[in-house]
Amino acid sequence: MTAADRLVIPGYRRDDAGAHPPLLTPGYKSTLLRAPSQAPLLLPHTLTEVTGPVLGEGRVTPSDSDLTLHGGGEAQGQRIVVHGQVRDSDGRPVPQTLIEVWQANAGGRYLHRWDQHDSPLDPHFTGLGRALTDSLGRYRFVTIKPGAYPWGNHHNAWRPAHIHFSVFGRAFTQRLVTQMYFPDDPLFPYDPIYNSVPEAARHRMVSRFDMSATVEAWALGFEFDIVLRGREATPMEEPES
Amino acid sequence: MSHTPSQTVGPYLSIGLPWPDGPDVVLDGTPGAFWLYGVVTDGAGEPVPDALIETWQADPAGRFDHPDDPRGAVSGFRGFGRCPTDDSGRWAIRTLKPGPVPGPGGAPQAPHIDMSVFARGLLHRVVTRVYFADEEPANATDAVLGGVPAERRATLIAVPDETGYRFDIRLQGDDETVFFAI
Repeated sequence: MTAADRLVIPGYRRDDAGAHPPLLTPGYKSTLLRAPSQAPLLLPHTLTEVTGPVLGEGRVTPSDSDLTLHGGGEAQGQRIVVHGQVRDSDGRPVPQTLIEVWQANAGGRYLHRWDQHDSPLDPHFTGLGRALTDSLGRYRFVTIKPGAYPWGNHHNAWRPAHIHFSVFGRAFTQRLVTQMYFPDDPLFPYDPIYNSVPEAARHRMVSRFDMSATVEAWALGFEFDIVLRGREATPMEEPES
Repeated sequence: MSHTPSQTVGPYLSIGLPWPDGPDVVLDGTPGAFWLYGVVTDGAGEPVPDALIETWQADPAGRFDHPDDPRGAVSGFRGFGRCPTDDSGRWAIRTLKPGPVPGPGGAPQAPHIDMSVFARGLLHRVVTRVYFADEEPANATDAVLGGVPAERRATLIAVPDETGYRFDIRLQGDDETVFFAI
């Protein structure tokens, strides 16, 4: 068989065993009836898994990465710059990939019909942002620091301030949704969602205060890098069908 | 470098993730288009109103609009669908049946759609595959389906009806959908 009749498919590494939270995390009550009870079966990485949607062109405008200007005015709260780089676990940048973020406003209130937290909505803040990474995998949002907010999981439960991040990567295998936290949040010890992740990996969800991204007299900077799965060292080879 | 951990989309995912054209893998009026639809339920059989499904698939010729398809990218077919569940746990995408895609060992796979399910209470997406009940000969030789215990295979089979194909997702319980580690 010659190289020409072989279909070379780039394989992806499997997830780190210690990176992700177990689906069943009893401290987070909503997992009790939603976490599958059966162990997942191993899916081989075929072409369907090593490809994925190439999105963003025509779907994202430059203004989508500034969450502070909406409805003809400026959002209330502490203005921040959140930036970082999306790479795979081999350190390769993931360019031109779509990042979607959503978050509560400065008072810890989401613009959502189910959120009844007794804190005002902000007419100039929807909490939705989108961006494409550049050729080096970098992204940058301007937003306001979200507030902590109460939730019904247990008595006096409060979520630490966070921004939801959705990242596509280059392949179906790389799809990731996570939450970005802020350094030194005093609510960390009490939050079952943050603590669902193995202890050694939790810090990877916490952004770093970044003076170099802080803009004088305007906004504080935070850096949040995201690491998706890398390729297997040797591509899997499949005979052409 | 170590992977960034996954976290739940939470109850307010509909602020950030749905798109107006998310369910339209193909536009209305596309020849052969159908609705792939279903309900997401939890371990108590209750609908999950704060979930989102995403789909990824080949075009009807079995090709992908992606630079890593070694047969060459074929442009024009988005291949991606996305739909949040409504208050009754229902979701739907408009798409075409994918063609055969080579699988392990080069043998063609049965037509299939990869699916991710996100929800409040899911700390990580769960991944499943949609196969089609009217592709029985291809399903019978599909390597992935063949690796699923026979008594659970039906959870991966979308059933045709007058609007398209129905594919319900049961996150937990006796007839739990088969999910895959990817």
